[in-house]
Amino acid sequence: MYKILSREDLAPNIHQFEIEAPSIARKAQPGQFIIIMVDEKGERIPLTIADWNRENGSIFLVFNVVGQTTNKLAAVQVGESIMSLSGPMGLPAEIDKFGTVVTVTSGYSVVTIVPVVQALKEMGNRVISIMRAPTMDSVFGQEHLGAMSDELIVTIGDNSCNGEPNFVTEPLEKLLKAEQIDRVITVGPVCVMKLVASVTRPHEVKTIASLNPIMVDGTGMCGCCRVSVGGKTMFACVDGPEFDAHEVDWPSLMARRCTYASNERGWSQYRCLDCAQW
Amino acid sequence: MPATSVAGHNTDALIVLSGDCGGIVVMPKLNLNRVEMPRQDPIARGKNFNEVALGYTPEMAAEEAERCIQCPKRPCVEGCPVSVNIPEFIKALREGDMPEAVRMLKSKNSLPGICGRVCPQESQCEEVCTLAKRDAPIAIGRLERYVADWEQENKQAVESPTSDQPEPTGKKVAIIGSGPAGLTAAADLVKLGHSVTIFEALHVAGGVLMYGIPEFRLPKAIVQGEVQYVTTLGAELVLDAVIGKIDTVDELLANGYDAVFLGTGAGLPMFMNLPGENLCGIYSANEFLTRTNLMKAYLYPEYDTPLGMGNRVAVIGGGNVAMDSARCALRLGAKAVYIIYRRSEVEMPARREEVENAMEEGIIFKFLTNPTGFLGDGRGWVSAMECIEMELGEPDDSGRRRPIPKPGSEFVIKVDTVVVALGTTPNPLIASTTEGLETTRWGTVVADEETGKTVKDRVWAGGDIVTGAATVISAMGAGRKAAADIDKFLRSN
Ligand SMILES: Cc1cc2nc3c(=O)[nH]c(=O)nc-3n(C[C@H](O)[C@H](O)[C@H](O)COP(=O)(O)OP(=O)(O)OC[C@H]3O[C@@H](n4cnc5c(N)ncnc54)[C@H](O)[C@@H]3O)c2cc1C
Ligand SMILES: Cc1cc2nc3c(=O)[nH]c(=O)nc-3n(C[C@H](O)[C@H](O)[C@H](O)COP(=O)(O)OP(=O)(O)OC[C@H]3O[C@@H](n4cnc5c(N)ncnc54)[C@H](O)[C@@H]3O)c2cc1C
Ligand code: SF4
Ligand code: SF4
Ligand code: FES
Repeated sequence: MYKILSREDLAPNIHQFEIEAPSIARKAQPGQFIIIMVDEKGERIPLTIADWNRENGSIFLVFNVVGQTTNKLAAVQVGESIMSLSGPMGLPAEIDKFGTVVTVTSGYSVVTIVPVVQALKEMGNRVISIMRAPTMDSVFGQEHLGAMSDELIVTIGDNSCNGEPNFVTEPLEKLLKAEQIDRVITVGPVCVMKLVASVTRPHEVKTIASLNPIMVDGTGMCGCCRVSVGGKTMFACVDGPEFDAHEVDWPSLMARRCTYASNERGWSQYRCLDCAQW
Repeated sequence: MPATSVAGHNTDALIVLSGDCGGIVVMPKLNLNRVEMPRQDPIARGKNFNEVALGYTPEMAAEEAERCIQCPKRPCVEGCPVSVNIPEFIKALREGDMPEAVRMLKSKNSLPGICGRVCPQESQCEEVCTLAKRDAPIAIGRLERYVADWEQENKQAVESPTSDQPEPTGKKVAIIGSGPAGLTAAADLVKLGHSVTIFEALHVAGGVLMYGIPEFRLPKAIVQGEVQYVTTLGAELVLDAVIGKIDTVDELLANGYDAVFLGTGAGLPMFMNLPGENLCGIYSANEFLTRTNLMKAYLYPEYDTPLGMGNRVAVIGGGNVAMDSARCALRLGAKAVYIIYRRSEVEMPARREEVENAMEEGIIFKFLTNPTGFLGDGRGWVSAMECIEMELGEPDDSGRRRPIPKPGSEFVIKVDTVVVALGTTPNPLIASTTEGLETTRWGTVVADEETGKTVKDRVWAGGDIVTGAATVISAMGAGRKAAADIDKFLRSN
């Protein structure tokens, strides 16, 4: 059992939990995730390790309430425990001295990108962060991300991902035209990452996306998380979650993420199906 | 009872009994040579996940045990990978001394309730039984199951295995993986007085016995009973512990463990790299079975994990994994379930009993057929599978005749769900995070066949991680041999 040490509600439907998990806290690296199962009847779902405290033996998770499991999780109170937590899964984010790096995030990833930004800064990169929130009152995480980054651009837009004005792609395009960008890292809904990839492709800027297919075990055992990258089948839980965004087969990822869309019990917030992009 | 609809059986040979399971039980007419075990009716069982084989009654067990001629040469024992004292346990059973039958059985096999149900007896103990040469061999597996189930119900009658506590040796052993190899090694080592910790990646212990083999063939309560037995002996079980991600093997060795046993199995699914393989509705057998068995998708929505399954399901492969997937699909409500196998019926590696069960339940077998690609419905879902007919050529390395495609025989079958059950290889995580382990080109870890010792100091391995996907009993045998060698090493150091 893994105890919830503290919780903070960051925005409507976005929660941050600190959970006791010493063996994971000891090994966590930027970009890695855990697989969580709330109770015995629960589903195993992946969540990024948003931060960790090695002395306290705790990890932080930030999650968006979208369906059954995240609803169940949101109902767990401080002092209560969840049944299963395993990790750290996945390869750590690739950190090196790249030069100028732009990160593009939306939703929970505005917080979960912070350890990556921090590690990039420690390597001596200049980091410009672009973040998005659907509405003014759902903005969160900007102080922390802003403090870590050399520059922070906040965009506010509605839920449609069709490249409206003020969508993350606008400032990204401007940056790409204005200066030398050495790498772009994007984490968020699939439609956001796909649009980011299409914006950077003509500029030939290496772009990394942290993919979020459906997972079960997170250890390479089931193949549920397979994604097609550069024509090759990869398991996102062990070969990723970071991949070259220009090589990812986005329609396939979008379709696979919606495998259970018709099964699930209501609540859908950002489901790629909603954008009807494929 | 529509006995005529029972595929593959001469209906004259069926008698109908009403069972106390609440449903109707069909049982082939008493074979003069072998007492058949009652099973759930094929039509009823195709709709539930309850155990198919219902077990012997005491009378049936006595009758079957009576047939054993107690061969002095004990050929059956040679056929068993862990040398179960077969004639002796049958003799005790026959004499009505059940506690003695349990002791005889358990002195060689710590998981008899499991082996009695899932061992491929026809190619092991029963194959070499003297009676097999003339009539039907003794139903050794069924008797084994009977004795084990008796023990479960009469625990107190058998003296507790913990009654004489071993002298603690002060040595610590880490067991990685809680499948049959790990559980057996753990049980043996605690009994010898070592302090044992089992690390398991998943949220439950049992390995393939929990996530792969379905409830209707191996009830999960039985597996958990065996896991509990190992922990009551004194082994510590740490769940959610992915070794290589939390501590590595080298860290365990550096931080107080005197020896490590690797029993992590062969859990990595193989795909065929065919066009369209990543369409929705195409699963590895591991995913399909894990969702169904471990996560209990068959009880969705009481349990949260869903399984997207359509009406027409094709399962590719001919082993136990394929049979289990097909039979799960049927039970989950599929209208038509196909087994697509590239060789012919005789080459199928699955347990004979399960092939017969699958046929009886109405699974459609397409032999000498190989898939060549998958077609989508335009919205990302699989809608059809392209296949080609095969014919058998010269024998290959495995001794089985090699299937070769018949030119011009291509055809398409409409399916909305596909399960790929083509085998598995070991997960590279352990090998890639451990210094100095030797692996083969199939990713298996090299270990001595007799002792399980790897080339790395203080590290042993056994089960599917060494042999590739094999059997429960061979994994147990490997766990046992390694435990003996680990004990020898710990005592001499
Ligand atoms: C590597 C990785 C890291 C992630 N990190 C975070 C994070 O830090 N915070 C966060 O809020 N979300 C994160 N996600 C997404 C998160 O896993 C899903 O939102 C969650 O599984 C939804 O579960 P649910 O039962 O609440 O919703 P559901 O109703 O089950 O699903 C809503 C949608 O989420 C997706 N989904 C469903 N089940 C899974 C599953 N088992 N694995 C992945 N996606 C699934 C589907 O596309 C579905 O349409 C991450 C995903 C991955 C792969
Ligand atoms: C569907 C199916 C049906 C089968 N039917 C039969 C049958 O009828 N008869 C028969 O004899 N055999 C059958 N088999 C084969 C048999 O189940 C296996 O040969 C046997 O379970 C192998 O045992 P093992 O202990 O080596 O590994 P496993 O049972 O695979 O157990 C390995 C365990 O190690 C854990 N693990 C893996 N990596 C790590 C890590 N890094 N850290 C911690 N833990 C880890 C895994 O989660 C797993 O629990 C079947 C297999 C399948 C898949
Ligand atoms: S363990 Fe398996 S092979 Fe050995 S006697 Fe029992 S059923 Fe036969
Ligand atoms: S070979 Fe068959 S008949 Fe002979 S002792 Fe063994 S089980 Fe009995
Ligand atoms: S989640 Fe099962 S293989 Fe990646």
